Amino acid sequence: MKSRLFLFVLLIALLLAVPVSAQDNPPPDAPTDDEINAVAKNMYCPVCENVPLDVCPTLACEQWRAQIRELLAEGATEQEVYDYFVLHYGDRVLAEPPRTGLNWLIYIVPPVVILAGIVALYFALRNWRKPVAAAPQSQAEKSGEPEDEYMARLEEELAKRN
Amino acid sequence: MLASLGYGALVITFLVSLYGVGAAIYGVTQNKASWVDSSRNAMLLTFPLLTISALSITLLLIQMDFQVEYVASVTSRSMPMYLRITALWGGQEGSLVFWAWLMAAFASAVTLRDWKRDREFLPWVVVVSLSTLAFFLILIIFFENPFVRLWQSSSGEIISAVWQPAGTLPFIPADGRGLNPLLRHPGMIIHPPLLYLGFVSFVVPFAFAIAALITGRTDDRWIRVTRRWTLWAWLFLSLGLVLGGRWAYDVLGWGGYWGWDPVEIAAFMPWLTGTAFLHSVMIQEKRGMFKHWNMFLIILTYDLVIFGTFLTRSGVLSSVHSFAQSAIGPLFFVFIVLTLTISLWLLVRRWAELRGEEQINSFFSREAFFLFNNLIFMAILVICFWGVVFPLVSEASGLIGQAIPALSNVFTGQKITVGPIFYERATGPLWAGLLVLMGIAPLSAWGASTAKTLGRKLWLPTIISFIPAVVIFFLGVSGAALLAFWLVSFVTAITLYEFWQGVGARVRTKGENVFAAFWALVGRDRRRYGGYTIHLGIVLMAVGIIGIEIFQTETQGTVPIGGEIALGDYLVRYDSLADFNTPDGRNVARASISVFRDGEYLTELNPRRDYYFESQQTMTIPGVRSSIEDDFYVLLVDWQPISTQSATFKIYHNPLVNWLWFGSVILIVGTFVAAWPEKDRAAIRENKHLRVQAPASAD
Amino acid sequence: MAETELELQTDAVETEVENERRGMSLWAKLLAWGLVLGLLAVVAVQLVATQQGNVGPGEPAPNFTLTTFAGEEIGAAEMQGKIIVLNFWASWCKPCEQEAADLQTAWEMYEPSGEVLFLGADYVDTQIEASKYLEKFSITYPNGPDLGTRISQAFRIRGVPETYFIDKEGNLAYVKIGPFTTLAEITDIIDGLLDS
Repeated sequence: MKSRLFLFVLLIALLLAVPVSAQDNPPPDAPTDDEINAVAKNMYCPVCENVPLDVCPTLACEQWRAQIRELLAEGATEQEVYDYFVLHYGDRVLAEPPRTGLNWLIYIVPPVVILAGIVALYFALRNWRKPVAAAPQSQAEKSGEPEDEYMARLEEELAKRN
Repeated sequence: MLASLGYGALVITFLVSLYGVGAAIYGVTQNKASWVDSSRNAMLLTFPLLTISALSITLLLIQMDFQVEYVASVTSRSMPMYLRITALWGGQEGSLVFWAWLMAAFASAVTLRDWKRDREFLPWVVVVSLSTLAFFLILIIFFENPFVRLWQSSSGEIISAVWQPAGTLPFIPADGRGLNPLLRHPGMIIHPPLLYLGFVSFVVPFAFAIAALITGRTDDRWIRVTRRWTLWAWLFLSLGLVLGGRWAYDVLGWGGYWGWDPVEIAAFMPWLTGTAFLHSVMIQEKRGMFKHWNMFLIILTYDLVIFGTFLTRSGVLSSVHSFAQSAIGPLFFVFIVLTLTISLWLLVRRWAELRGEEQINSFFSREAFFLFNNLIFMAILVICFWGVVFPLVSEASGLIGQAIPALSNVFTGQKITVGPIFYERATGPLWAGLLVLMGIAPLSAWGASTAKTLGRKLWLPTIISFIPAVVIFFLGVSGAALLAFWLVSFVTAITLYEFWQGVGARVRTKGENVFAAFWALVGRDRRRYGGYTIHLGIVLMAVGIIGIEIFQTETQGTVPIGGEIALGDYLVRYDSLADFNTPDGRNVARASISVFRDGEYLTELNPRRDYYFESQQTMTIPGVRSSIEDDFYVLLVDWQPISTQSATFKIYHNPLVNWLWFGSVILIVGTFVAAWPEKDRAAIRENKHLRVQAPASAD
Repeated sequence: MAETELELQTDAVETEVENERRGMSLWAKLLAWGLVLGLLAVVAVQLVATQQGNVGPGEPAPNFTLTTFAGEEIGAAEMQGKIIVLNFWASWCKPCEQEAADLQTAWEMYEPSGEVLFLGADYVDTQIEASKYLEKFSITYPNGPDLGTRISQAFRIRGVPETYFIDKEGNLAYVKIGPFTTLAEITDIIDGLLDS
């Protein structure tokens, strides 16, 4: 019993260490660095590929962030900023391809393939289960004393095909 | 001299590999054992030969012999000794040699095992391993030769060639270009070697699988032989990935460890199939099912290793990892086509012999859960593969648009980016599904298991797992985070419950004390409890990942000296800035800041910005305060003017992130428990098993 | 003992299954190979795309239209029968500054003849910084943003600065990767094209 109690305490201790998320502060007139970064986080500049714009250290990206600041100061919404950049620099600036034309493939192909896999697996399983032959019925259920059940299962697993 | 020696050793290794492949095939087809033995010796020889080659490069790097083009491109006089050595894998040419050297090490190690009981595999294992090695040697010798030297002709022209062209003199640059600053980090010493080790060690199970397919010895012998190899391969690959994350966290300065960068994913894909393989081979061992699937998985893992190397080496991708543009892409492609089609053709040929021996009797059986686990891993693989490949397809589709103007509106050839958002959204639920399976599967039984029997074992740990979930709910956590934490506690509860039950049973039936019982329990079935330990490691890592993914907060601000920036409970004060040049060719701007929490002084941090004069690159090195609870991670933002008057800081609060690193240590422990060679008892058991099996396996 | 029993059981099942052993069905084979070929095709396509490299001399230059910062459109009609010097640059690009003055001087040399047209495509840049840059080097030849990175993609540039020389027939004559170091380097190429 003692070690079970210990287990509780451990688990609780393990999960207690969770902070509460930070609070937002009201947006002042001029866009803050944080607001710019929030927009830039979802953008990529062609000069430093695969590094989000909010952390990319190149001069080109610095200018982009200045551009975002200017657009936001003019009262542009997040979406308008994205639209501006897509117009000027192409779709590649977005962290995710826009849902148009050929780009749909990126969103459609994985679910279709995965679904096909599930369907194939389902039929395969049904196929396998059909001839429920005299399957070896030597499972844990037949064990007598509850004390030994776990040990029995363990030994049985070790013995199975070894 | 050294360069000629190293180059000579490379060429000889290549010839030896070709000889080994030929001798093995000749020996096995003509039934001449001495030829097979000879091929085995050839494979053994590759390791010392490539050691000579790798050592020559290392010595050249240490001596800074800048006449050698590779040395000049990755080292410079200002680099310390350890970096000059690790520059062996800092550039394309050297790292290919390093790859081949590790591959040869594994190939040689395999030849040294005891082949008595599976001699028929030997020639084919030699063929597969040496062909792979020979392929890499072709790349090195003909395309990416690290021993190419610089020569100056009488007209002043600089020529690169291995041997001195007529009428030229050696040309020795005054200094080298130096290693990419990004790679000048202690993490770089260990991350690539581990990743490469993981890559090359997957060649071994693949070689045995192919040997099994060719010889027709398609029982699970090949799986038993390679079980430990696979586990070590998996461990190396896992650690390579984790250390890569650590390196990114410490060096790349974006407050994270994993950016879903195409090259990261290229290394991650073989890990996915490898992990699926580790689980599904157990079904074959215990139940004799899924033989096709296991073959397919190992073939896929091998080709994903090659594909990953192709992606990083051929210049197909541009990312922080990719090596410079290179001509070896088409060769990689040919190699992938050959290995994939030959292996799959062999698999189809043996299709009938690989039929399962039993059926799945229940959706609640262990094998069914393993099957679902495999399904999820494959789903994640599909997402990752398509995410990496689609931007290239999209760009290449412009060629169709150019050829057929009518279609140019659809096939625009636009470059696109597939960023973390895509992968996180698509794979998030799948990871949750894996956690559920990780929790339930250990309680299910092989063969038959019903919802009822499973439920009987499940209810107690499930209830226990809700307790911490309720506690954190009252702490204000809700939504996806709450679900994720509950899943974590669910898996933890069940795994610990399994240990607890086993220990309890031993204490009751054998009268051992708790520690002895625990020791004996784990010793009795190391694979099982090693596996559970790995699960616990993964769960701890999951805590770290949930922490940073869901609870990360950040802010950025420009402050004068004495100015303060607040983030949550934390407050930083900008105290001073030191700006100086170092003897190894850097300009360093190093800030001193004080960190307070709830008004209480915690520590001083020194985020800095290093500018490398040689390569004109900057590095932002964070100042980090780590604790078990969180990381407080401060960057001196380089792209705003830095002065002693004011500076810009970007601050991240990364809760629980250290659990990720801690979990990976547990993962190592677990793998050691599961994979450490067993002593006599196992051998005895195996012998007994063979005696019984002998008449049956004579098919 | 238990082990022996189990082994025998498995053997029994094995022989039972043996009777219905057969190969993979044809459609499954076709499907599997189709998938494999599809995947390989995808890889091949990537390879083709990367092996292309820059548009090389001798090839017909890609068609493009440059909208200048002033709003003027320069397309095929304006370029007809002229030698085109297309320079890719950016304000954040330090090496570009090395050649900026030389390019402007060269433009002033050839502008009166009307046979040569200099164009500047501003790659991944912001307009404010770009204007400052043009002002700093008092550049007068037509310059405009590379909208949607379309022009740079058509020429498959690898970075900035890169300069493409297109002859009067619309074929690419010369490609310069990286900055020009001297004025003579630029004029030599153009004079060569004017002579032929």
